[in-house]
Amino acid sequence: MATKYLGERIKRKEDPRLIQGRGHYVDDLKLGGMAHLAFARSPHAHARIKSIDAGAAVATPGVLAVYTGEELKGQVGFVPCAAGLEGLKIPDHPCLATGTVHYLGEPVAAVVATSRYGARDAAEKIEVDYEPLPAVLDMEKALVKGSPRVHEHLTDNTAFVAKLEAGDWNAVRQDASLKVIKQRLINQRLAPASMETRGVVASYSPGEDTLTVWSSTQIPHILKTQLAIMSKLDEARCRVITPEVGGGFGSKLNVYGEEGVACFASRKLGRPVKWIEGRRENMLATIHGRDQINDLEIYAKPDGKVAGFRCRILASMGAYHQLLTPAIPTLTALMILGAYDIKNVFVETVGVFTNEMSTDAYRGAGRPEATYIIERAMDLVAFELKMDPVEVRRKNFPSSGKDISMATGVVYDTANYEKPLKKALRLAGYNRLRKEQERLRKKGKYLGIGVSTYVEICAMGPSSRMPGGGWESGTVRVEPTGKVTVLSGTSPHGQGEETTFAQIVAEQLGVSFDDVTVYHGDTSVVPMGIGTFGSRTTAVGGSAIYYASERIKKKMAKFAAARLGVKPGELLFRDGKIETSDGAKSVPFGSIVVDAYSAKTLPAGVEPGLFEQFVFEPPNYTYPFGAHIAVVEIDEETGEVRLRDYFAVDDCGRILNPLLVDGQIHGGLAQGIGQALWEEHVYDESGQLLTGTFMDYALPKAGCFPWFHTANTETRTPVNPLGVKGVGEAGTIGSTPAVVNAVVDALRPLGVRHVDMPLKPEKIWKLMKGNAGDGGR
Amino acid sequence: MRIQVKVNGTAFESDVEPRLLLVHYLRDVLDLTGTHIGCETSLCGACTVLVNGHAVKSCTLLAVQANGAEITTIEGLASDGKLHPLQQGFWEEHGLQCGFCTPGMILAAHQLLSRNPHPTEAEIRKGLEGNLCRCTGYQHIVKAVQYAAEKAATGGQ
Repeated sequence: MATKYLGERIKRKEDPRLIQGRGHYVDDLKLGGMAHLAFARSPHAHARIKSIDAGAAVATPGVLAVYTGEELKGQVGFVPCAAGLEGLKIPDHPCLATGTVHYLGEPVAAVVATSRYGARDAAEKIEVDYEPLPAVLDMEKALVKGSPRVHEHLTDNTAFVAKLEAGDWNAVRQDASLKVIKQRLINQRLAPASMETRGVVASYSPGEDTLTVWSSTQIPHILKTQLAIMSKLDEARCRVITPEVGGGFGSKLNVYGEEGVACFASRKLGRPVKWIEGRRENMLATIHGRDQINDLEIYAKPDGKVAGFRCRILASMGAYHQLLTPAIPTLTALMILGAYDIKNVFVETVGVFTNEMSTDAYRGAGRPEATYIIERAMDLVAFELKMDPVEVRRKNFPSSGKDISMATGVVYDTANYEKPLKKALRLAGYNRLRKEQERLRKKGKYLGIGVSTYVEICAMGPSSRMPGGGWESGTVRVEPTGKVTVLSGTSPHGQGEETTFAQIVAEQLGVSFDDVTVYHGDTSVVPMGIGTFGSRTTAVGGSAIYYASERIKKKMAKFAAARLGVKPGELLFRDGKIETSDGAKSVPFGSIVVDAYSAKTLPAGVEPGLFEQFVFEPPNYTYPFGAHIAVVEIDEETGEVRLRDYFAVDDCGRILNPLLVDGQIHGGLAQGIGQALWEEHVYDESGQLLTGTFMDYALPKAGCFPWFHTANTETRTPVNPLGVKGVGEAGTIGSTPAVVNAVVDALRPLGVRHVDMPLKPEKIWKLMKGNAGDGGR
Repeated sequence: MRIQVKVNGTAFESDVEPRLLLVHYLRDVLDLTGTHIGCETSLCGACTVLVNGHAVKSCTLLAVQANGAEITTIEGLASDGKLHPLQQGFWEEHGLQCGFCTPGMILAAHQLLSRNPHPTEAEIRKGLEGNLCRCTGYQHIVKAVQYAAEKAATGGQ
């Protein structure tokens, strides 16, 4: 039997260096002559800059330079936005503010000094005279005619309006048997809060005229292109290297102004410049997630089948667009029907400028919002029709199969929603829980059971639908010694693909897992790539590597066939040998490698060497699905929610490494549950951020969670050769509505049908005391 | 100011600015970059090191306050090329993803196990509340600590 790697629980290749403190993150980098960069940032949400006095900063010993927006004008391009929507307004987004600041924490001036402390000291000495302007923070008020404008040169605060409509709405409106259920949902603003903040080292060599940038990013190749454009440099002379990245969750799927300033400073000064973001800066000026207001209208038949679904999405853009800001809520519209066969749909999405930090991709990026909307909608139908929420979902599932066309225009690769639901109900003991709930209710106790049967859109994606292309590259190189090097254009930062990719190649080539080394995140080493986001790394990047290995095999089989006197198609690669399927004839893998490189006898039409590349273009997205069940208890004295149990059954297609799949689900659950119960970024009416530190922003701790009970079903996707769908975001997407549904279910005896997140004790306590306040019922 | 410290068994003597934080001393002066900085306000625990055997957040301690102390950082945990049971546990149980919180998490767990060699799941979760992880959802970290406790109990080290 050949050694099997795919599907096995294999420990990570990444870990030995990381558990011994031997990995290198960007702040661990030291270069000769390296200077340090710090920023002076706006203390106002909206203000005119009357004057900047940098005299004291410039005079500070050790300060090499101070830059303002005026000095960057014409020298450094704007921060890019890649989203292309009809009628989209894209305000100029300078790396340092010029004339007006538009959000709290916007960089206004930059200081370069010989030491880290010196740069920060000098940044505090920069005197800026501001004239405060009215700040726009409330999305609804922002859309009222005559509202103060975020960008004075624009006619209003609307960034774009997009509509998605399908079905026969006349028929829906005339059907008197339909119950119309309306509800507003608030999807609050969140902080991605990777444990490593952002950071960059830019090093320009005047002699060679080359720029090397080490950045804590998820997209090294895109960053290289964009920095070259911003810096007006020949892209062939730019290189981006991604060292270890301490988490991203979408927040590092971006091109930031600070990176542009670091490149500018390094070129001006002719020496390396390092910028490491502080945590407070990270909370203020690294992209935020979510922040939508959703107004729903559900048209339900008496048996629970939903005939029509309407939603108006107000999505906060913040003051500027970052790389994908306006594209995020369009994913909400695309996935708004979730796992349900609803023929009539209407979604209006309005992107709104506010004087806040930009929103952009945060784990799930638009899909958690969609899932929250539709999964809350299913529970609202159950509430109004007095049905079991599981029954309502079953009424609305499409029939199982492949290529399921949705009214929103997307085609789900596979669907079998009953399968994980059944498994989750059994795992949780659903019927038993309902009986326990009945008993406890009689005693005045609050137990809630929440279900969510989600679908997500992953493996991004077909290039026709992606702003900068959705393909991915993979290179496999068999070295002359027989060791194998793999290069990927993806940029994993904790997901573990150094391990997964090695599993794929080892199994394909029949070599030892230990003999495969994976490299990524260096634009001079990896020919080209897109990056890591949208649960695409294994599904798209892994498929490229799979096909590159196939090319290697095809070539090696020709050499081996010539030696063995058989046809290339008869040969199998296993356990370090290339052999006929009956094992009668075989040749060591290593000797064919020598044949290929020594090139003494080349089969007809075969080039010497063993290095092959493949660029995989996915024909469709993948649509992983699953069923989650949350069980909560609410303290009737304090209103505190205790998550008693959590059951997650996820179908992410074929599982290549169950250990890593579990890890992705757990982490996703923690973030999704975090949104439901605790996390919330809050600006006050003047645009000050009230949650700028980990003291105020409630990042979940180890004691916040119960043991997660996870399980899987495996429905392979036909979209790629591996059958994998992606699992990076599933936990986050499925869990938020499951928890909220559970809490609302617990409060059902009080007649509560909705509570907005986060479900903090104060809010619940008020509801229990009959004082709903805002956001209740 | 002049300070003397012993880090991972090696004695160092340095002249430091009075305001220099211990974490910057370790990272920038001694080049021990395994200790990370996550929040600068002692809330996340990424900078946790052992000072005279106690888990301490080195981002809010001045280097001069550590004068005369014995310090262990993540680089000093393995001995003779053999991983510490906690390091083994984190590897075996997939207790890390991006790895940024891991050194601090391991050293906080080190203190936890030295005080309570057989912690329950709840005690492990409580004991690690000073250390934040955004990747793992903590479950595999709990398993990693359980693995190390088990290993120590069965004479693994």
